[in-house]
Amino acid sequence: MDKMPKWADIILIPLISVVLALVVSGLVVALIGESPWRAMQVMVQGAFGSAYGWGYTLYYATNFIFTGLAVAVAFHARLFNIGGEGQAAIGGLGVAIILLGVAWPHWTIALLAAILFSAAFGAAWAAVPAYLQAKRGSHIVITTIMFNYIASALLVYLLVNVFRVEGSMAPESARFAEATNLPTASDFAGFLGFGTSAPLNFAFFIALLACVGVWLLIWKTRLGYEIRAFGQSQTAAVYAGINPTKIIMITMLISGGLAGMMAINVVMGEAERLVLDFVEGAGFVGIAVALMGRSHPVGVVLAALLFGALYQGGAELQFEMPAISREMVVVIQALVILFTGALDNMVRMPMESLFLSLRRRREAGQSQTPAE
Amino acid sequence: MTTPAPAIELKGISKAFGPVQANKDISMSVARGTIHGIVGENGAGKSTLMSILYGFYKADRGEIFINGKPTPIPDSQAAIRAGIGMVHQHFKLVENFTVVENVILGAEDGALLTPSIAKARKLLTELSEEYGLKVDPDAIIEDLSVGHQQRVEILKQLYRHADILILDEPTGVLTPSEADQLFRILERLKEEGKTIILITHKLREIMEITDTVSVMRRGEMTNTVRTADTSPAELAEMMVGRKVLLRVEKAPAQPGDVVLKVDNLRVVRGGVERLKGVSFEIRAGEILGIAGVAGNGQTELLEVLGGMIPAQGGSVTLHNEAIDLTGKHSDGQTRRARGIGHVPEDRQDEGLIMAFEAWENVAFGYHKDPKFNSGMLMNHAAIKADCADKMARYDVRPPNPRLPARNFSGGNQQKIVVAREMDRAPDLLLVGQPTRGVDIGAIEFIHSQIIALRDQGKAILLVSVELDEIMGLSDRIAVMFDGKLMGERLPSETNENELGLLMAGVTDTRTEGAA
Repeated sequence: MDKMPKWADIILIPLISVVLALVVSGLVVALIGESPWRAMQVMVQGAFGSAYGWGYTLYYATNFIFTGLAVAVAFHARLFNIGGEGQAAIGGLGVAIILLGVAWPHWTIALLAAILFSAAFGAAWAAVPAYLQAKRGSHIVITTIMFNYIASALLVYLLVNVFRVEGSMAPESARFAEATNLPTASDFAGFLGFGTSAPLNFAFFIALLACVGVWLLIWKTRLGYEIRAFGQSQTAAVYAGINPTKIIMITMLISGGLAGMMAINVVMGEAERLVLDFVEGAGFVGIAVALMGRSHPVGVVLAALLFGALYQGGAELQFEMPAISREMVVVIQALVILFTGALDNMVRMPMESLFLSLRRRREAGQSQTPAE
Repeated sequence: MTTPAPAIELKGISKAFGPVQANKDISMSVARGTIHGIVGENGAGKSTLMSILYGFYKADRGEIFINGKPTPIPDSQAAIRAGIGMVHQHFKLVENFTVVENVILGAEDGALLTPSIAKARKLLTELSEEYGLKVDPDAIIEDLSVGHQQRVEILKQLYRHADILILDEPTGVLTPSEADQLFRILERLKEEGKTIILITHKLREIMEITDTVSVMRRGEMTNTVRTADTSPAELAEMMVGRKVLLRVEKAPAQPGDVVLKVDNLRVVRGGVERLKGVSFEIRAGEILGIAGVAGNGQTELLEVLGGMIPAQGGSVTLHNEAIDLTGKHSDGQTRRARGIGHVPEDRQDEGLIMAFEAWENVAFGYHKDPKFNSGMLMNHAAIKADCADKMARYDVRPPNPRLPARNFSGGNQQKIVVAREMDRAPDLLLVGQPTRGVDIGAIEFIHSQIIALRDQGKAILLVSVELDEIMGLSDRIAVMFDGKLMGERLPSETNENELGLLMAGVTDTRTEGAA
């Protein structure tokens, strides 16, 4: 018997968490003497009020879908991949190498190659921590986070010493050829009012496809079955003849590959060149997205949309209300992560007892015996 | 002298969980200084009743009287104040604390530990002598045997001045001799005026130690009788509601060709040699029972044959064909493909994924079988149909393939494992503790399934710590001690005493008979 109906678990609790986070954020805003109500309006308006806003919200959401799926897949095997940041950065390296190295005739083929390379590079970056976990028992949380720093340093080195255009002072690669540029929202959805400035691009559809792929993988294939079984009980997995080393390696390769694919959206779709620090924390937001989305692709999409809105709305907030600084916006985002991720049980436990007592009352009402 | 008030009296206790009426109008009275047994199948409501008495649950209706006084017990603190102590089936001890630290945990006198520990050590010594509960106060819990850990649990309760002790399935984890020692302790406690409630499903224990016994069935207390006036068969009938076969009925074995041949098998795990050169063989149509105290290598024997761990030496052949023991070319799935079924010792940690629904568990280990797949994807409809079919034939209740494994009772969980592993009629079946934590009705069913498989001409390796089960099912019995087999006996030519000595490593009970 479950303690709560399923809808409460997957919809109500995240919703209450978000509301709580917004209430606390409002208090913080009020504390610095600004109107929380107006701040809220600016954020919602900024994220969803225009095609321009949507263009940014969905663009950020695309990043978070990739990194959120990456964390979610690893969660199913009880692996905590917090290396999405580094895997995405290295994925970007893969995209730059293949787009700069080959003269692509058309963006469709270039996109396929970019998917392949970003995923392969991201997966390769996850492979070392995965191997260390599988064979040496080195904790994957520690190794993946260390690999984030290595990735960051490596990218700086390569951008400054290898990719930098001669004569340029900026640590970034040359622009990719025009032919490889992905269609933007104004190309495929201009009729909805998307202008050329919105960064939303074709990678959004790749992200949605990845969701379908992950759903099929986890719930419909033998491999997904083995991943989930391994995540629930390692001894039982061994009993059933499931090889733990194999599952850890494959799961982390898939996870790293998904994180790496985030580069398609940013590097190929938006910047159209490899720039420094393009991941901008999306790897870490992916953890909150996966937690809030209950490691289910549909949940990941919804949570990614929320965080996309927070990013875009937050940017508007800085612009419209100068008293609210960039750091302030980060505080609001952090509060949402805190409430939806870390403080999940704070909401969950009272809700569980509430539903329990509701059910008792209902049953007491049904039975005819008088209570004492 | 007037008759003293009973130590515990329950009046009209009722408790429902959702639609399930776990306890229905239960009244019970236990006299001071007696041992009262409560028997019933899994899910009969024994644990719920005791949880109410210990303040974990609040009864919907009913009253509790302690020593004649109405005593509401809203939480376990109130239960402790009322002098009630509970020893759980799974111990609640801090593994890396010493005995004395565990005893005072939650009952410290102040912020500084030294005075509490000194006081506790003195009291422990007194209690140990008074009740024969000998434990080294400074031993670390994880270094103690299970039997000694249980003593610490009892000491913990006595330290809290418990007059009424509730023991929930206390012998489930004990060896026969440890269980005997526990019973001596309980008798001492009784002589000193303590009141003891013993929850168990082992009828032999009820007969051996209790003064009175109550039978629970489907949430109701159906009978309360004096132990001297009843018999195991009668109790079993009251528990299940029909006549039950307590002895396994089987025809003599008709052994055929050798199916499994194990030669000088060695397993090292964690730097310790757990199997030290084990050799035996099993023929088609016979059951070899391995008796022994838990932890003497039986687990490793099952795991190495089941492909879960590699061996460091020796050889195993199935139908005269070698089996890879290095673990490099084989695992649980290749063993299953060779016709080795494996009902593991621990269904909750090994045999089932508790969070998976029943149908997903029915494919566990066989999930690569073509009949469960269509191309790249698993064929969920086929697995669910197979599950529904197995549930019907193996009497799994409730027969709902969509229910998560953890929501089934222990007996029904085990039936799911048994159905999965036995339904393919494997040439060799490895069975570990097939009826641990399983109710009487299910035990009868599982035993008959094992015998039926044997009668189909299959070889069966049975590992159990229950001597009754070994004696009842096996065609040959081998005793395992310290990673070695201590010799073989025929069930008809041995007895529990002899096996008990072999289990303790004493070999000179007879001069020959070793394999």
